[in-house]
Amino acid sequence: MKSSATDCLLELYDEQHELEDYQSGVPRWCTGCGDNAILTAVQRLCRDEALRPEKTVFVSGIGCSSRFPHYMKTYGLHTLHGRALPIAEGVKMARPDLTVFVNTGDGDCCSIGAAHWIHAIRYNMNLTVFLHDNQIYGLTKKQASPTSPIGTKSNTTPRGSYLDALNPLSVTLGVANVSFVAQAVDWIPESLFEIVKAAYHHKGFSFVRILQRCPEWLPKSLDPWMHDPDRIQLLHHENALHLSAGLSKVYKNQLEHDPLDMNRAREIASSEHICPVGILYQNKDVPRYEETRHSNVLRTNDLVRKGFEAELDKYTV
Amino acid sequence: MTLTKLKKTATGTSGEKSVEKPAGKVTTLKEHIIEIISDSGEGAQRCGQSFGAIAARMGNGIWTTEIIPAEIRPPARSVAGASGNRIRIGSNYITNGGDQTDLVVAFNEQVLLGRVRDRELKPGCIIFLESMWRKHPDLNISMAYVETHARLVAAGYKVRETPMEEQCQLLNADPKRGKNMFALGMLCYVYSFDLQMARDQIALTFGKKSQAVIEANVVLLEAGHAWAAANLDFSFCIPATPAAQPQIVINGNTAVALGVMASGMEICAMYPITPATSASHYLSEVFEKVGGMVHQAEDEIAACSFAIGASYASKCTVTITSGPGYSLKQEAIGLAVMAEIPLVVVNVQRGGPSTGQPTKVEQGDLMAAIFGSHGDAPKVVMAPATIEDCFYSIITARRIAETFNMVVVVLTDASLSSSQQPFNRPQFTESWLAPPIDQSPVPEGARPYDWDATTGLARRFIPGQPGGMHTVTGLAHDRDSHVAYDPDINQESLRARSLKLAALQKTLTPPEVIGGNDGDLLIVGWGSTKGAIEEAVETLREGGHKVSSIHLRFLQPMQPGIKEIMRRFKKVLAVEVNWSDSPDEEIIDADNRRYSSMAILLRSRYLVDVDCWTEVRGQPVKPSTICRVVLAKLKK
Repeated sequence: MKSSATDCLLELYDEQHELEDYQSGVPRWCTGCGDNAILTAVQRLCRDEALRPEKTVFVSGIGCSSRFPHYMKTYGLHTLHGRALPIAEGVKMARPDLTVFVNTGDGDCCSIGAAHWIHAIRYNMNLTVFLHDNQIYGLTKKQASPTSPIGTKSNTTPRGSYLDALNPLSVTLGVANVSFVAQAVDWIPESLFEIVKAAYHHKGFSFVRILQRCPEWLPKSLDPWMHDPDRIQLLHHENALHLSAGLSKVYKNQLEHDPLDMNRAREIASSEHICPVGILYQNKDVPRYEETRHSNVLRTNDLVRKGFEAELDKYTV
Repeated sequence: MTLTKLKKTATGTSGEKSVEKPAGKVTTLKEHIIEIISDSGEGAQRCGQSFGAIAARMGNGIWTTEIIPAEIRPPARSVAGASGNRIRIGSNYITNGGDQTDLVVAFNEQVLLGRVRDRELKPGCIIFLESMWRKHPDLNISMAYVETHARLVAAGYKVRETPMEEQCQLLNADPKRGKNMFALGMLCYVYSFDLQMARDQIALTFGKKSQAVIEANVVLLEAGHAWAAANLDFSFCIPATPAAQPQIVINGNTAVALGVMASGMEICAMYPITPATSASHYLSEVFEKVGGMVHQAEDEIAACSFAIGASYASKCTVTITSGPGYSLKQEAIGLAVMAEIPLVVVNVQRGGPSTGQPTKVEQGDLMAAIFGSHGDAPKVVMAPATIEDCFYSIITARRIAETFNMVVVVLTDASLSSSQQPFNRPQFTESWLAPPIDQSPVPEGARPYDWDATTGLARRFIPGQPGGMHTVTGLAHDRDSHVAYDPDINQESLRARSLKLAALQKTLTPPEVIGGNDGDLLIVGWGSTKGAIEEAVETLREGGHKVSSIHLRFLQPMQPGIKEIMRRFKKVLAVEVNWSDSPDEEIIDADNRRYSSMAILLRSRYLVDVDCWTEVRGQPVKPSTICRVVLAKLKK
């Protein structure tokens, strides 16, 4: 869809922004909540990329994660439980000139919104999607989520959760048209930022699962990964992320991985004893739905009139 | 046989005759109802549609109704499997499907039995019955035919056994594919249609196919016409009064789709559901030519969500569905109401609850449309009453949605969706189109929900507008769109959203009273029953009864003046196609009777003792049924 209003206003001037230009309100997340780290990384990204606040939209569902847009001084759309993705798709389809981010949680994306998640991957629209995965329902106060490890004690599973956790990386990698899958953790800000940045620059559905601590309801669940740097495996490649000297010093478990290698990506995604951090898969050539469906005709009143009259001609007796 | 030879054969036997004046007796009629029925896939629908279109070309009033079996492919020759079309033709404007059928063309006797069972055929109705079954090698079939034929004759139907298959075979055409055009030719003779108009219609119908296909069908048409001329001793003439303006003939779903196009909306998000889907089929075909797009989402929820996202960031969008899909959209509709995002939702109602009767008409979603979603979710509900209305309602709905930043629900139904009716060709005007979206900077200090104290209206900020950045939320929010924790703010925002309905109501005009301004009984209807109700009123008034009707196009908010109109009548009766308990039931009394949707609304709003009569037979209500009901109510 093209309309003269949106086309004419593109890139008229360059702007410089400060972090404050993207900050709004005081986050009401718990102290120590991983969402704070994600917010910091994303605000930094906006500043570094000089995103125009009025051309940027954050779309979220429901849950702790989905409060995110309220803390950004951009346009925001805090929607319904599970529906952030189809709503963001609508925004992007109508307005490809906008930069659209999606914040969703493990309950929002992998449970109530799972159908939309699968299809969003397939549409491969240019959206940057952050799965804030804390493995538990936070806002509704501690119920097991699809990514809770088996045995997680919660208010609905007081004797431990019954099912194996769903692996969001493996699921995403299993869907047709997948184009970008990465994993980050909230406690390594440097790599979190680099991954968020790579996701933003990928043109297509960039899916970033961010392992995120929930100090309130599941304070210890990520400890095994946090306290043992060797269980964190940093993925790097000349076509993906480069490791800084500082990061390499702390995290010695490193793996050179070509993000085009789907089979290897699936293996990495399913590893149980290490936590991969970096870009698992990236394919820049997957068609994007908003471009496939984009109309090349310049929509004018006259065009609509002509098209309409031509249709009426068919039915005129 | 080559096409030329085929044509020659046909011309040799019939071509010249077709221009001669029919030999038999020509009876002039005011109107007639004709049905063409077959097994699914034998082309009766196309025959019926073409017949209706030719009648419209002749200048006759028509109303066509699709006869649709519930299954995709019901077994051949099954009683419930009738597929086809019912066409009411008249000298004057026709507003509904009318009563019982006067003449039927049936491709087998079993589908005919279904129509007899459903009491759709007039006593003494003329039946052209395919005669091939009499000699069918399967004894069960031939015996069933003989037996049914005898029963129909005994019941007083004027059955004409017609060798349609045999005649088509003479032309060496594939009778499975061509019998419908042969039947069309017969009907063109019976109703004294101009054969050239029929040829033109075939050319239009098969326009996408090759010239050879068109010619082959024309040959069959001419053969049917010639056979009828040679073998029938009667024919009819329904004098036409051509309309002053050019007419278009479309069904309600096509009208909805054309309305979407003409309203300037650019995105339609949908999920397939009967009987709504054909609107989206048609839009998918044509919308891109004018820069629009149809998005088939992964489910109804996603379709509504996608539409809301697109509406939020740009012009108003539309999502088209039917009952069960509407239920699934309810949560998302609540978000659009809360966030004041414009949205048009078309609900082509069908029989419910649950999967119900997907191909049959019902007006069962009125309450869901008005009160649906959760909490107090005020939205506009409109109900087109004619095919023409289906078109204009969408344009109006888009405008209301964007002016008031509201959800507008347009309730059509399975009857409107597939019925065809001619109406004045719309004269396009640019004022129908949505204006371009505002991308100008938002003035300093302007707030995203700056609700007007009187009307509740607020200006909408659209992404891209500098200075307008805010986060829209489904949570209770204040004028800055900040999550509200203050109880006063929730009170204030619900007030604002409710007042918008009142503001819209102030712009509406009272409904037109059909019949006299006062009297013994007022019928109140809405949606597709308009034609039948008004025809019944006309008949009743001709019989000296003081009966009038109003038809409500806006159901939420309601038009002004309704109470005053109702007060002028001794009785008020809501007539609808949804459930209500009959007061005649043994255990039903004033305390437990469940009234119909419209009756409940009128009773609660206006404190008038509104009675109701409804039926849920899955068929459009007949004018004669309404007459009977009203006469009984008048006696009480």
